[in-house]
Amino acid sequence: MSTRTQTAPASASNAAPTAGVGRRSLILYSAGALIALVLFALMSPGGTATFRLSAASDAFQIPALAVPVTPAGWVIALLLVAGTAYVFSLRRAGRGVPGWVPAVFAVLFVSGVLIWMVAEATNPSISLLSLLTGTLALALPMVYGSMGGLLAERTGVVNIAIEGQLLLGAFAAALGGSLSGSLVGAMVSAAVGGVVVSSLLTLFAVKYQVNQIIVGVVLNVLVSGLTGFLFGTLLSGDAGLNSPPRMPNLPIPLLSEIPILGPLLFNQTVLGYLMFVVVAVLWVGLYKTRWGLRVRAVGEHPKAADTVGIKVNRTRVMNVLLGGAVAGLGGSFYTLVSVSQFSRDMTAGTGFIALAALIFGRWNPIGAFLASLLFGFATNLQYVLSQAGTEVPSHFLAMLPYVITILAVAGLVGASRAPAASGQPYTKD
Amino acid sequence: MKLELQGITKAFGDFVANDSIDLVVEPGTVHTLLGENGAGKSTLMNVLFGLYEPTAGRILIDGEPVAFRGPGDAMAHGIGMVHQHFMLVPVFTVAENVALGDERTRAAGILDLEQTRRAVREVSERYGFNVDPDALVEDLPVGVQQRVEIIKALVRKADLLILDEPTAVLTPRETDELIDIIGQLKAAGTAIIFISHKLREVKAVSDTITVIRRGKVVGTADPGADATELASLMVGRAVDLSLGRQHSDGGDVSLEIRDLTVIDELGVPVLDHVDLDVRKGEILAVAGVQGNGQTELVEAIMGLTERTSGSIRLEGRELLGRSVKEIINSGVGYVPEDRSTDGVIGSFSIADNLVLNRYDRAPVAKGLALKPAFIAENAEEKVREFDIRTPSAQNTASTLSGGNQQKVVLAREFSRDLQLFIAAQPTRGVDVGSIEFLHRRILAERDKDIPVIVVSTELDEVAELGDRIAVLFHGRLMGIVPGNTSRDVLGLMMAGSTAEEALAEAGRSGRATTDSDEPQLPGGIA
Repeated sequence: MSTRTQTAPASASNAAPTAGVGRRSLILYSAGALIALVLFALMSPGGTATFRLSAASDAFQIPALAVPVTPAGWVIALLLVAGTAYVFSLRRAGRGVPGWVPAVFAVLFVSGVLIWMVAEATNPSISLLSLLTGTLALALPMVYGSMGGLLAERTGVVNIAIEGQLLLGAFAAALGGSLSGSLVGAMVSAAVGGVVVSSLLTLFAVKYQVNQIIVGVVLNVLVSGLTGFLFGTLLSGDAGLNSPPRMPNLPIPLLSEIPILGPLLFNQTVLGYLMFVVVAVLWVGLYKTRWGLRVRAVGEHPKAADTVGIKVNRTRVMNVLLGGAVAGLGGSFYTLVSVSQFSRDMTAGTGFIALAALIFGRWNPIGAFLASLLFGFATNLQYVLSQAGTEVPSHFLAMLPYVITILAVAGLVGASRAPAASGQPYTKD
Repeated sequence: MKLELQGITKAFGDFVANDSIDLVVEPGTVHTLLGENGAGKSTLMNVLFGLYEPTAGRILIDGEPVAFRGPGDAMAHGIGMVHQHFMLVPVFTVAENVALGDERTRAAGILDLEQTRRAVREVSERYGFNVDPDALVEDLPVGVQQRVEIIKALVRKADLLILDEPTAVLTPRETDELIDIIGQLKAAGTAIIFISHKLREVKAVSDTITVIRRGKVVGTADPGADATELASLMVGRAVDLSLGRQHSDGGDVSLEIRDLTVIDELGVPVLDHVDLDVRKGEILAVAGVQGNGQTELVEAIMGLTERTSGSIRLEGRELLGRSVKEIINSGVGYVPEDRSTDGVIGSFSIADNLVLNRYDRAPVAKGLALKPAFIAENAEEKVREFDIRTPSAQNTASTLSGGNQQKVVLAREFSRDLQLFIAAQPTRGVDVGSIEFLHRRILAERDKDIPVIVVSTELDEVAELGDRIAVLFHGRLMGIVPGNTSRDVLGLMMAGSTAEEALAEAGRSGRATTDSDEPQLPGGIA
């Protein structure tokens, strides 16, 4: 059976055929392993990289983690080389790459980069805790955004307008919070803001079947222009319309005292706790309930869903609206938690990264959550490293999240399969 | 359940797809709707299944009028449908597909798939379906997917089952199994509406036959009626089912294919070391169930595949590795299998479609400019010669029926001197009248001493046209047999037996190995 082990006759003008798919990811894996070998191992700056695990104010102090740079570099580089070899062997056997491989590969590579960069810095010591808490904070709007996108895309509606939903959510939270003076009012306004964007998306994409990508892009531009205009005219006045209440951290007693995990997980805002709930509920809902089965069917084969009595377009509209509420709520992070006022285009492309996280996470809530964490980590890394005084130019550091996005989406994902009906309007013949 | 349709009319704008159709289906019987493509059978069934709302008329179940606002209503009334294109979600398991829309749940809408699995196993055992509820649908063979569709209907307690062109995608053996299943369902009291244009099957399963033509019921027929009679009723005029063709042994070998291998994107061989010869003046028919390498074979010859190795020589000249244009210019005529996407450009005029393969050369072009006068003149001539039914050659190709689009493709390919002619699924979805015409033109081309390859999944078309028949299975050549080889042997080969094994097995079971005593019917209808 195996034709590739037999040589094709020389009369053919083509060389022996090989599988073409995955060549891109093979190159990426190889490049990753090579960079690791050269940078982390052969050109290791040596010394130790110190990672502080507790804040000075913590009750329990944990000793800092001192990593010997050169041995760690070698271990990581060799693991990455082994991983690449494993991927090659899988390809040769004609098998797909399991989902954990790119994840482990990415984590190893990023740890390698981290150790190397810290070792290079003038002060080879960073606080791992602030790196991680910052990661979670930066990932938060991305997680909400990707969950909003996931709800839409699982029913077959591509939601490029996540960015617009986050931005209008941020704006609405600022305005609603200022007007009502309450956090609940702010959060409800944020969700409504996201739903407004979603309803435009469903109106054009589902009802009038306009190309979903175009509608999404236009909506982003619309929201950016609209909020920019209202910010200039309405919010910047003296009426106090841009001073929403600030969302406090609610540490959970006892649990928040646990070293590392406590400050990381149990000292969050309502929005932070809610994020975990949303991800968990979505995962269970999507894979374990009747609702989820129907949603996935609508996204994969809308006609099949229709023939068993499921209302395809109604499901789509409901989900896109719900997704808008989730993404809008995520937008409130900017004006209620991050800074306490709205400013022009303050989401700064997070919605697009959320879209990338959705794809990297293979349209799975938990996958998208982890991908968002990775992107949040990359974003936060630049802040932490520039504090440590790294020699890597800050412009390169600022590129890090985007480089990771491109690499992740372009190559490591492998054959990620979007919902089959994604982007296709549904009509009965 | 007794079903009555009274005066069902369904109009799309000005076009009346169903014109006051009356139909009665009794419990425990198989009622066949016989009609050509586009006669309105599927529209009628979509009305019955609640997918379309009828413009006029009513549906009665056991004497009670019912109105369906969607498929959900129809299913609640015990109507199940197996669509021509399966309505299964490929990435779901069998149980998930069966559950969809009729889910068993625990508290808070949590799915209880165990109940569905049990129901699937129960039905599967009762009818000997042998379906694993946890298998992914996309991994299942087409025949099993069809059983999943039937299970879907039965789990929902369907008393009436609509089978829309159920055999179009099946191997002959799977078709026989389906006919058995239909018999069991019938015995269990299920009413069945069977839709087909294949006379052989229709005669085998039907209790009652209603013939539909251009949206109207034109009569009923007895299952015992002979094929010619049924075909005439279906088409509305006398049909000569025999081409009266002469067998041809062909002349010198013109096309030599050696060790042809095509690897797909995943690294799996879709065409596996195939050797074929085609002689001048013979038709080599390539048979096989859809997706067994026929598409790749044709595309490899046309230079459309990547990752191809081996050798394809036409008149001693290597074709492999040449561009599509070079291959076309060396005299290869090609009818692609998907007419509407690869055969014609729907938004172009018929006249333009007729010169697509020589737009850059005299007499169609002069220098950089096209010659509209010639294109128009050529179109007039071809429309007349190939009997292309259109008010004007300047209409877009998308306004034509499938059969007429195919005539455009054929007219275009035959407008050059050919060294080789390849037709992939030349009559798929084409009405009976056009099939006859297309077959005669292909035979005429053969008689000009040109080597011809006809790829078809229709056994009857293969038997009708082929001077020799090559059978592909999973990308491998199972053998080349004479044109008059019996359906049983071909069916075995299409299911993976080599020619020798198939002949031996057919011989053992005492069946004739050739079909010479049985009249041949044109491809699509028998």
